[in-house]
Amino acid sequence: MARIAGVDLPKNKRVEIGLTYIYGIGRSSSQDILKKAKVNLNKRVSDLSDEEVASIRSVIQTDYKVEGAMRSEVQLNTKRLMDIGSYRGLRHRKGLPARGQRTRTNARTRKGKRKTVAGKKKAIEKK
Amino acid sequence: MSRSVKKGAYVDAKLLKKVEALNKSNQKRVIKTWSRSSTIIPDFVGHTFAVHNGNKFIPVYIHEAMVGHKLGEFAPTRIFRAHPGIKKEETTPPAA
Repeated sequence: MARIAGVDLPKNKRVEIGLTYIYGIGRSSSQDILKKAKVNLNKRVSDLSDEEVASIRSVIQTDYKVEGAMRSEVQLNTKRLMDIGSYRGLRHRKGLPARGQRTRTNARTRKGKRKTVAGKKKAIEKK
Repeated sequence: MSRSVKKGAYVDAKLLKKVEALNKSNQKRVIKTWSRSSTIIPDFVGHTFAVHNGNKFIPVYIHEAMVGHKLGEFAPTRIFRAHPGIKKEETTPPAA
């Protein structure tokens, strides 16, 4: 079992993929890390030797921001946008997409579950 | 795609001239502008711009944190009040 940067350990996957379970590491930084740590990226996580795990860990520790540090950085960035009162900040505040996507339909990731608004038909009738 | 570094940040030439004149004479005056696409550069910090939003001019005071953004980002062009239809039933939103 490999435990890197806190609480991460998918066993039967290739290391390249396994590392992406850490917040802040995607495919390309995963490949970078493995190259720097000189570990074969096709190896399974369970097959890693202790030295390999250690070298991966040290590379991540020195060169990468992951998990908590990464989360707080992202939070700070959005907070900055909100504090300066920019359009993107306003969108973050309202929980709507910030990059100009349509919101007439879709945008469910930001808006969350559909909240149906009833009584639309009647309103038209009255007027 | 982002803008070429060689060209530098885009700032409307006339606007830049006005800011430089103000900086030189150490004055502070509200600068009216339609140039929403101008990037905020460090020279702008401390000035107030009246940025057009298509209807009226929104006063924007420039902080350091705003450098690198565009003027238009701080003058919203749309006003969302409330959805029609919800009005009569529950909470009455501020009327138009």
